[in-house]
Formats: sequence, C-alpha cells, structure tokens
Amino acid sequence: MIEVRNVTKRFGTQEVLKGASLRIDRGEAVVIIGRSGGGKSVLLKHLVALLQPDSGQVLVDGQNLCALTERELLRVRRKFGMLFQGAALFDSLTVFENVAFVLERERTHTPAEIKRLVAEALEWVELPGIENKKPAELSGGMRKRVGLARAIVYRPEILLYDEPTTGLDPVAGANIDGLIRRVWEKLNVTSIAVTHDMPSARRISNRILMLRDGVIYADGPTNDILSSTDPVVNHFVNGIPSGKTTF
Amino acid sequence: MVLALLQNRIRNFLRELGELAEITGEAVASIRHRRPSWKDFIAQLHFVGVKSQSVVITTGAATGMVLCAQTYFQFHKVKMDTATGAVVSVGMSSELGPVLACLMLTARVGAAMAAELGTMKVTEQIDALRTLATHPVDYLVVPRLIACTVAAPLLTAEAVVVGITASWLVGVHLLGIDSAYYLANMNRYTSPEDILTGLIKSTLFGAAIAMVGCYKGLTCRGGAEGVGRATTEAVVSSSITILVANFFLTLFLTRLFKV
Repeated sequence: MIEVRNVTKRFGTQEVLKGASLRIDRGEAVVIIGRSGGGKSVLLKHLVALLQPDSGQVLVDGQNLCALTERELLRVRRKFGMLFQGAALFDSLTVFENVAFVLERERTHTPAEIKRLVAEALEWVELPGIENKKPAELSGGMRKRVGLARAIVYRPEILLYDEPTTGLDPVAGANIDGLIRRVWEKLNVTSIAVTHDMPSARRISNRILMLRDGVIYADGPTNDILSSTDPVVNHFVNGIPSGKTTF
Repeated sequence: MVLALLQNRIRNFLRELGELAEITGEAVASIRHRRPSWKDFIAQLHFVGVKSQSVVITTGAATGMVLCAQTYFQFHKVKMDTATGAVVSVGMSSELGPVLACLMLTARVGAAMAAELGTMKVTEQIDALRTLATHPVDYLVVPRLIACTVAAPLLTAEAVVVGITASWLVGVHLLGIDSAYYLANMNRYTSPEDILTGLIKSTLFGAAIAMVGCYKGLTCRGGAEGVGRATTEAVVSSSITILVANFFLTLFLTRLFKV
C-alpha cells in the first residue's frame, strides 16, 4: 500500500506540489492525469523516492521513505519497477544486459536461469530474439517494451509508468497499453501510471486521480472520472480549451 | 554587488567541495564494504589505461625531447652539457611526467566520464539505476575510481620511460652529448624518491580525475547544454586540482622523504 501525505515540492520559485495526498491499495490500476508540466511525473518520482519532498510523507507498506538513507531506499525500491518516459535504457549495454541488469547484480541466479528469465520477459513484451541488439537500434515503441521487460523481469510488486504512450503513434500506444493491462492482470501487480492521454488512461486503469494546482483535485473509478460533470474534470478529459465555451 | 557575487561564488565552491567529499566518502565506503564488479573494473581499466596509450606516449616523448633540447641549450653555455640527462630524468620522474600525463588523462578520460554520466543523468538512466535497486556510486563511480587510480601511475611510468628515452636519443644522437656521461649523471642524480614522488602524485591525480569527472557528470543539470557545461567544468576543475595539488605534494613529499 502506498500513501502520500501532504507532500509539497518546490523547484526554485516554482511550487509544483502543494500538499498532494493520495492512497493506493495493493492490486489497483491507477492513472494520475493532469496538465503537462503540472507535476504528475514529480509526484510519481516521489512514490519511489527518486525525489524527496520538501514537506510531507511518502509511505510504502507503512515505511516512511523520507526517513531512509539512499542505501536503505535500495531495498524498498526492489518492490518497484518503473518504465520511464524515454525508456531510459542503458545505451552502452545490449537488450539482454539491460533486461538482465538486476538479476546479474543480485548474483542469486545462475547464467542459465538469467537467460531463461530474460527470454521470458522479452516474450511477455512480444519482442523475442532481440537480446543482442543495442538500444540505439530499436524504435521508440520497442525501447518502451524493452523498458517494460526490464521492469517486470524481477517480478516487482508495484509498477510505475511515466507517460507510457508519449511519443508513440496511436497503434504503438495501444499496444503498450495492452501490455500494461496484461501485466497488471496476469502478474498481480499494483499499476500506477501518469499520462495526459485519455484513451490510454481509459484502457489501463480502474481508478483515476486528477492532479491540479499541486493537489489531487479528483479521485474516483475510471468511468466516473471520464463521465464527470465537474467542469474542470470534464474540460480536461474531453480536451476542451480553458476559457472557451462549449458548443 | 561584487561582494554578494563573491559570497555566492565561495558558497557554491564550498557546497560543491562538500558534495564531492560526500561522493568520495561513499565510493571509499563502497570499495571497503561491497564487492566491486571485476567486469566493470576491467572495462574501465581498458578504457582508461589501454586506450590512453597513444596520447600518453606522445606527451611523454614530446616533453622529454623538448626538455632535453632546452636544458642542453642553456647548460651548453656553461659547459654543463652532460648534466642534461640528470635534469630531464629528475624533472620527468617527479614533476613533468605525472603532471602532464595526468593533464592529458583529464582531457581524455575525465571529460569522457563527465559526458557519459551527464548524458545518463539527463536521459534518466541514473534514475533508472536507482529504481533497479543499484546505487550509482557502486555501479558507475567505483569502477572508474579504481581504474583511474591503478592506471594513472602506470601510464605516468610509461610516459617517464618514453620521455627519458626520447631525451637520450635527442641528447646523444642529435645534440652530441656523450652517452656514457649522460647516463651516468642521470643515474647519479635521480633518486628512488624522485620516482616514488611521481608515482604517489599520479596515483592521487588519477583518483582526483575520476572523482571530479564522475561528480560533474552525476550532478549535471539540463539537456545537451548541461552535459557540455559539466564536461568543461570537469576538465577545468581537474586540471586546476592537479596543478595546485602538485605544488603542495612537492613540498610535502620532499619533506617526508628528507625525514
């Protein structure tokens, strides 16, 4: 279970989070929506302690991440897998080395086991047999899928997705959404994504949180949020420009 | 206005120094308490040591030759031609060898480290490392620190040997100094302490190159511009560190060996 309590975060003079609070239970598929530059990715990075709040608390299974050192956080982060916006694959390593990264660092698996687990993870993301390619040889969609394979290969409990469909064409985006949905259903993980892509949010979540002005403005089941009559939520999910009247 | 600017500069300098000390402490603790990866270390040793051969050999040879020629031109006026070898040998072993070899390493290796780690930082690869339960210092800094600390004295020794050999070729075969006297004076005036001084200096310089390069990369901000700035700062800071530290190390080590 993840709980965020009154988190504030400021970068220079810009206050991005102004007391955001949320609670996500095990097994949920949650999407955080909000405008570009509104602090969604910042909030997501707080969940895995890649950023520390100026005030407030982030609790994972009751453990306050703000009170832990970087080394202590490494143990907590083992529960997480994260797919970054640009996939963040290690340029100097092959696909195999990227996906096997955690397994090889942990030194608890034999080379044969690692090979099998990597092949399985690549099968999961429908990219078998590309172990020897370098990230530079892959398309944007393939990079995201390899990033997903790297995130699931060690079976984390919580998966975080930072703008999983940004930069992809609609078909590639829908494929990634399908994978995210399948991973959530089959691997029994907690899934948390940030996006401003509404079709994607509909496909991959059963609950939506809306971040606005640094706080959680709306929170509810996906269908309720997408059909909300609240003008702010309605304008955002339907892409109606602010300050304009509806026809 | 000027005072405020100066205060700001000093504050930033002290903050950076503190952060650098913190990362260095973390790296040393990591080496002591964790098992560094041999694979990563060998890869870095190859990059730092093997791939720096040409630049270090060229630097050593050029320095030895020009030092020999200049020393000869001055000493020839007072009929001290045969002391040229001694000056070159002592100068190369204790001062010019370590300083120039490590300045070249700074330009080649320190810049590459800052650029590589800086690019990893701005493309979220460092964040990815952290989410993969890996401390960036363990994976990125420690192999580079060990590789630079091991490679720098070896490369310096190579530069010194090449430099002295080149100076002998120039002195004996080009300038006409008697080879026997050249070598005899070199042996007479070059002490083991001179060689040890050069090796100690280059070991410390190697560590400084790795730590400054890694620190600038890991703390890089912004996109391509930030990576460029980090790379430039790494080279400038490492070079200044080497030049300043060399002076104090010369004083300290000379006194130490006298005792």
